[in-house]
Formats: sequence, structure tokens, C-alpha cells
Amino acid sequence: MSDITRRGFLRGSLRGAAIGVGLPLLDCLLDNSGKAFAATGKRLPVRFGTWVWGCGFIPELWIPKQVGTEFTLPAHLAPLKPYQDQMALLSGFDVKLDGVPNKPHVTGCFGLRTGIPVPDYKVKAPTLDVLISDQIGDTRFRSLEVCSAGIERSYSYRDAGSPNPSETSPLTLYHRIFGAGFQDPNAMEFTPDPRYMVHASVLSATGEERRKLMREVGAHDRQRLDEYFTALREIEQKMALQLEAPAPVENFVIPNAPPATTIDSEVENVMENHRLMADLLARALQCNQTRVFNMLFSDTASNLRRPGSSSTHHTLTHEEPVDPELGFQREVAWFAEKSMVACGEFLDALSAIPEGDGTLLDNCLVLAHSDCSIAKSHAVEGIPTMIVGRAGGRVRTGFHIAGKGDPISRIGLTVQQAMGLPIERWGTLGMETNRVITDLLV
Amino acid sequence: MSTTDRRLSSSYHAPMHWVLALVVLFAGLQGCSNDSKELVKEPAAVGGPTLLRRITESQYRSSIATIFGPEVPVVARFERPLRAHGLIAVGTSEAGISPFAMEQYDIAAQGVADFILAPENRASYLPCVPAEGSSIERECASAFIDRYGPLLFRRPLSDEQRERYLGIIESGTAHLGDFYQGLRYALVGMMTAPEFLLRIERAVEDPDRPFLRQLDSYSKAARLSFFLNNTTPDIQLLQAAATGELEDEQGLLKQVDRLLASPNFEFALRAFFRDMLEFELFDDLAKDSEIYPAFNSEVAADAQEQTLRDIIRTLMTENGDYRHIFTLAETDMTRALGVIYRQPVTPRDGWERVPLSADGSRIGIQSHVSFLALHAHPGRSSPTLRGEALRNIFLCQEVPDPPPDVNFSAIQDTSNAAMPTARERLSAHNTEPACAGCHKVMDPVGLALENYDGLGAFRERENNALIDATGFLDGMSYEDAHGLALALETHPETPRCLVEKLYRFGVGRDTVWKERAYMDYLISLFEQAEYRVPALMRIIATSENFFAITPFENEGQDRLWVSTNKRGGIDS
Repeated sequence: MSDITRRGFLRGSLRGAAIGVGLPLLDCLLDNSGKAFAATGKRLPVRFGTWVWGCGFIPELWIPKQVGTEFTLPAHLAPLKPYQDQMALLSGFDVKLDGVPNKPHVTGCFGLRTGIPVPDYKVKAPTLDVLISDQIGDTRFRSLEVCSAGIERSYSYRDAGSPNPSETSPLTLYHRIFGAGFQDPNAMEFTPDPRYMVHASVLSATGEERRKLMREVGAHDRQRLDEYFTALREIEQKMALQLEAPAPVENFVIPNAPPATTIDSEVENVMENHRLMADLLARALQCNQTRVFNMLFSDTASNLRRPGSSSTHHTLTHEEPVDPELGFQREVAWFAEKSMVACGEFLDALSAIPEGDGTLLDNCLVLAHSDCSIAKSHAVEGIPTMIVGRAGGRVRTGFHIAGKGDPISRIGLTVQQAMGLPIERWGTLGMETNRVITDLLV
Repeated sequence: MSTTDRRLSSSYHAPMHWVLALVVLFAGLQGCSNDSKELVKEPAAVGGPTLLRRITESQYRSSIATIFGPEVPVVARFERPLRAHGLIAVGTSEAGISPFAMEQYDIAAQGVADFILAPENRASYLPCVPAEGSSIERECASAFIDRYGPLLFRRPLSDEQRERYLGIIESGTAHLGDFYQGLRYALVGMMTAPEFLLRIERAVEDPDRPFLRQLDSYSKAARLSFFLNNTTPDIQLLQAAATGELEDEQGLLKQVDRLLASPNFEFALRAFFRDMLEFELFDDLAKDSEIYPAFNSEVAADAQEQTLRDIIRTLMTENGDYRHIFTLAETDMTRALGVIYRQPVTPRDGWERVPLSADGSRIGIQSHVSFLALHAHPGRSSPTLRGEALRNIFLCQEVPDPPPDVNFSAIQDTSNAAMPTARERLSAHNTEPACAGCHKVMDPVGLALENYDGLGAFRERENNALIDATGFLDGMSYEDAHGLALALETHPETPRCLVEKLYRFGVGRDTVWKERAYMDYLISLFEQAEYRVPALMRIIATSENFFAITPFENEGQDRLWVSTNKRGGIDS
């Protein structure tokens, strides 16, 4: 079998020849351990994603009392109980401000994601999901950005001028992934459409302008122009991918279109949209439409609200008095717990998909994080962070580490190394680090 | 006659009555030489760098309409624009293009190409009728490129570009066995090219000012066209650029007046005010449906349109004083809006001119739903957000971000009986030193609008307590929203802010310190023109500074080298 390759199927077949891919083939493509495609020698792909929730946590209800592998999940982590062995809890890691003004709900989030704290939305380096997608995002979509709280924002940036916008509607997300241009990986026949080839050559021809234009613009604009050509190249590659028969995927069926839903920040609507989009995202990951995602459950200044309430999660963090008996803000805690329930539901969607001898989640590395620790004071010290999924065996999970004030960039560095990026050092000034979290790496 | 007064008193075209009004005004001024209001001369041009500006969604759409016709559909999801220095127009000079955006541009281009080349439509768009068959029609292919290429790229195509697109038509036709498919992909190629999606400004030496450069004619045409018409240069303007007409003062005036008289001028005004009023935020606006059941997407759309209609009517149709938009007592209203304003509206569909409030207490666009609902929380009003927005949007006064570590616990929840209205709740801010600095400049302005809830409906009470809507703005104190309107109208920063924003909108960058004399010049002419916005736009579009480019600042090494060489005479 070893000489069967995906390209081999396709040789000389561009002008519309049909190619049959028999379903029984699937079994022989998987080796005995279920870990690799025996025929291609390719392992099951490893995926990376971030899952972000806003306004931090209630420390005493989230941070386990014990460190190491023997820890009891505090109340707010109870919804993640089924995943205790598959996650690493990272508490007490700090964004080091180095005198940079702390823009509430922004500086902490970007500090964690770029290794450089910034006083506004002007990131000084790409966010780590973009760095990782450059390494592994060799798929139809470089990455998919999704937000369940009705806002188009994401915290995925290649550059300050080009944030990657989030999809906010499950239905739109469905059409983007499974609508025009989607090829069923398990279709019995594959007919490459020559239009994609012409299309790719058109985009490639435009790429020839690059050198001339780069000479004509200033240094700052060169970077932006370069972004344009990078984005153009990605579309071109996408067209090229359409000419290859997709690799068959076990247990995959095209999902049905989700219903039209109400898109706003009312918490139950958000939960519903989040479930629908988590499921679509999981399917997209399963059939190799993307390997990278960013799911924004709630904005960092969380806009979630309960029906009829004049306050949002965010305004509550500032305005709700601390309950003298409980010792924390009761309503804020409700939203903080709800966020973890949603996180659990997201993981449910990933683990519902069997893959190899485990589930899709086993082949993912999900970095779940917030933007601050205690939202009331916008503290960027001890931002709650979790790593879930074993990244196809590349990371170890099932423990709690207390960061003890170490720079949070250690997490970003470790995650990038786990995803195969050749980097030794990440972050600047107080955030610069070459210390990976060794407990995490296998 | 100086340059300036020739510009101002030009009788060229005089297409609209406000141009005439301007002529009369300045004729009057000239006749009275002892008048203290002497004509101001434009200070020496300062200029800025050449820019790379991404076209906005509305510019994309209007460009397609200008080039192909308004019937051509643009189907794509445009991402949220980037805002910088208070304007999306300035953000276009900083915005990159994400893969998502490129994906959508590609989809939009295919949609346009499919429409234009559909069998039932192609005859109206093709400059030639190709013979039936699957082979390439070289002559027709050339004609197609020559017709749409320069319009899309806003300048003639280079030989290399022309050959490239001809090559695409050729290979597309060969591979797909259909000439129209070849045309389709050439069009998709041009519509996804950087020359279409980005406005790439180019500069040339300025013979009159050895230490400055200026935009080349085609870049001038684009700057003029997007500023005055919010669309790509039309054929006449491109011809004016080609013939050098734009380099000639009379020629420039002629084109400026033509653009000002164009129906597209209204779109430019709309684009500017949508940008200034931050209306793109409506896309993310959510209101609690239990607290504000009247809010829906129809209200959101009508609210924006209401404000824009009032602005267009005042500034363009009536050629009125800009400052009057803050004190308009009448407005256009739909039934959906009438529910919130509690104003009966007769027509079932469409608009009716009605008083903004029955007793005349509510006046000006800052008391519109579009302002009050946008700058509020989902479930309640916010004097702070409104105060900040008023300062930011209309007075160009920026309020710093709040300090991160503030003890907000003093601000209790809205149901706290001890603090029934926002005024009491916010008083904590004004006593806390860390907060007071900024809240003292925001809250008193916004508190005057507290008689309007988070959606913009009038209310006398909050939590059963009578609302106290007194406030003050930069030395002017008032009793209510009516007083705030008058304060905004007479505030000296009001016209100044508009001038600055309009200029930044046109040039796509922030103003620089060296341009303050130029700003003073614009402001004094704006005042002399009785604060008429079309007149101000004409003054900006015909000023030397509008096209001036600084030598080599922010430019790459290659450029510096090439240009220095030229200056040394080696090249020439």
C-alpha cells in the first residue's frame, strides 16, 4: 500500500476525469494503533485553538488548593470534571506590564497572546494562533474565528491593522465551511474542477506585481502590502487544494444546516449559538477544513447579560457589591461559572467526534484563557489559563501548576513549541522567556 | 487677484445655489476693502506622506456602481473597518487585509463577474460582440481590458499589466473552452488586484515648490473623487488627469465643481457623517428586549437614516449652517421611530417631517435615537458614555481610558434605593480623585441627556426619582438637553472639530502640528462661508495642501535613492 498517495490518485486527471475512492479503503489507511494513515505515513493532524472568555474568575472558586496531579476541582471547575485528566490548569502566571498602561480587558489578553503587553489594540507582534497557523494551517481555511456573543471582534491578529474577524452566526459559519467550495472527503467520486486552476493562476499572476509595488511604497506600507500578498497567496493555495481529492475522513458526515438563531449577548442565546458553532467547528476540524481556530465565548469586557437586567457581566464586575457572607460578587460568580459550563460544552463537542483510537479532542491543543484575573481591578496577574487536549500526544495533562508570578509568556512559548514551531524564546522585556513549562511537554 | 480669491469667487459652473451664495459672499467682502475680515491666504503647503489606503465597503460598492452601473449586485461580507484617530477614513491608511477579507473580496469579484457576463446581461457590458465560439477574440479581449482596467485601477494599465490580463483571458478561454470564462477570470483578477482594493498614492516632483512633492494626476483624481463623491474617479475625471487638466487651476476648479454638483456628493457627505458618528457600531448594538421591547433592526436602521437625512437636508439641500444640526427642532420620522419618540407618524411606510418633540424641548441630532442608543448600555443609559462621545465626536476632545484599578464598589446597582438616578451613582466618581479628573469632563455633559433612557425615549423619572438634567460644558451651564444643544451649537470647538475631521477624512491621515496654520486658514474661511459644509469641502479640495506630499518622509530607501538621483539631474 505504501506507494499509494493522494496525489497519485490524481495524476493526469485535471481535465475532469472522475476518480473513485472506495469506502473500504478507509480501514486500510489506518494502521493498527489507529494513530496514522498507513498509506500516506501521515499522522492524524494536530489542531490548535484558543477558547476565550471575558472578565476572569473568582479565584477561590477556580484555583485548586493542591498543585500536581492530585487536585480537587473547585466549584467553578466542576463543569469540566469529565476532562480533568485531559487538562492542565495554569494559575498564577502574570502578564508583566513593564510600565505599559493597562487598558482594561485588552492589555492582559494581548499580553498573553503576543508576549508583549500593549496599551490598546495595536499589537506589536502576531498573536500566537497566527504564528501557529503559519506552521500548520495548510488547509482550506488558515484558521476559523468564531464568536458566540454577537460581536465580530476576535483576538487573532497578524498585525495591528488586520484583525481576523469572527463569525457570529451559526448559519453563516455553516455556509462558509460546508457551502460552496466544500468537498465531501468521503464522496465516492472526485472531479477536479478546472476553474479552480484558472482561478489560482489569476491570483498567482497578481502576485507578480508584488516586487514592483513594494518598491513604490514606504516602509510602513510595505508591511501592509505584504499582508495583502500573503492573504492573496492563501486564497491561491486554497484553490490549489480544491484540485486535490480530499483525504478520506473516518466517521465523518456532513452536518445539517443549523437553524437561524437570535444573535445577541443574552446569555441563553449565547449558550445556544456557542453549542451550535462548537459543533460546526468540531466538524470542520474533523474533515481538515482548518487546523486552527479561535472561539470567543464572551468578549473580554464580557457583554453577556441576563434578560431584563440593566447590567452586563462586565458592568456587574464593577458595580455589584461584594456579598458580605460569600466574600465575592454573587452575580459575577454566576457568569464566571456559566463561562466554565460553556467551556465544558465546547470540549463536549470536540470529544464527541471519534478519531483514531480516541477523540478529536485528543488531537487538539485548546488554550482556554481569560483577559484578567479579578475583573473588578482589571488585574493581569494570574490570568486563569487552561490547556485541554493532548495535541496528539505532544503534551501532558491532568495536573495543576501554580505559576507563582512567572511571566505568562511561558505558556505561549510552550504551546508554540508543542505545535512544532522552532522557537526558543518569546516575548519582550519582563515577558521575554526561554523557559518552557517542562511538565507540559512530552 | 490672489490664488485664494480666484478659487473662492470662481463662477465656473456654479452648479448649485450654495456655490452662488459663496460667490456673492466673497464679492461682498471684496467690495469693502476696509473690512476687517480680509481674505485669508493659504499658508505655505505642508503636506504629508503618500498613503496606501484600503477602500471602504461603501467605496467598494459605489465604485462598482460607478464602473458597471448601480444594478450590479455586490454580494460579500465586509469585515468591520478599522478606526484610527477618530475616523475610519484614517484607519484605511493603517488597515491591512486579513485572509477573511481577501476571501470575501474574491467572492464579491466572482459575483460581479458572473452578473456582468451572464448571457442575458453581457451585451450591455461588453464593448464588443464576439463571434460565437470558444476561441479567444483578441480584439474584443483588448477592448474589454481597456474599458474596465483603467476604471478599476484608477489609472491606465501598464503594458505589463495589460499583457497579464490578456494572457489570463487567453489561458482561461483555452482551459475552460469559453471566451466568456476567460473574461470572467480577467475581471476577477483585476477586482482582486492591489491596484483596485488599495488606493496606492504616487507622488511627483512639484515644479513650484522644490522642497515638496505633490500627488501625481491620477492620485489627485482619486483623492478628489473619494473625498467629494465617495467613489472611484469616473471617465471624465480620469481624462482630466490624463490631459493634465487637474494640474491647471481652472481645470481643477472645473472638476471640483462638477463633483460637488454630482448626485454622488450626497453619498460623500453621508459617508463622512456615518464615519464621524461611528454608525458602524450599530452592527454590534444589542438592547435588552425586556427593557426596551421597541428596539429592533428596523429601528436601528431607521435611527441612522433619520440622522443622516436631517444632516443632508440641513447641510446640502438647504445649504445651511453646520452648527444648526445641534438645534434642529424638526426631523424625519418613520412609524418604527415614532414609537420611541412618542410621535404619531401618518404614512405606514416611509418618512414624515415632524417636530422632534411635542413641546420643542428635544432638539438636535445629539438627541436622536442614533446617538442616545448607541452610547448607552444594553439595559440602561450612560451619562459617561454619552459625555465621552459628545466630546470625542463633536468637539474632537479625547478622554483618556479609565485607570485600570478603580474601586467601583461605591457605584451601586440601579435598584439601590439610596441612589435612584445615575447622577447619584456617578457622584462617587467625582469624589474619588483617580476618577474625578475625567468624569468631571464627561458626566456633566452626558447627564443633560438623562431624560432619555438607554434607547432614547423620554422619561421624567428613573426609579421614581425626578431626573435632574442640569449640567455644564466648558464654562456653559444649562438646565437640560435643550441647553446642552445650544451649548454645542455655540461652542468654539464645534466648527473647528468638523474642519479637522473633514480634512482628515479627505487626506486619510491625522493632521500634524505643522499644519496648524493651514487648519486656522480653513477654519477662518469656514467661518466666512457661514459654516457651510459644501463650501468648506470646495475650499479643501482646491487648496494646495490637499495634494502636497512631503519629500521622502516615511518612504522606503529605494524611493529615496531614485528620487534623489532624479533631483541631482542624473536621470533627467
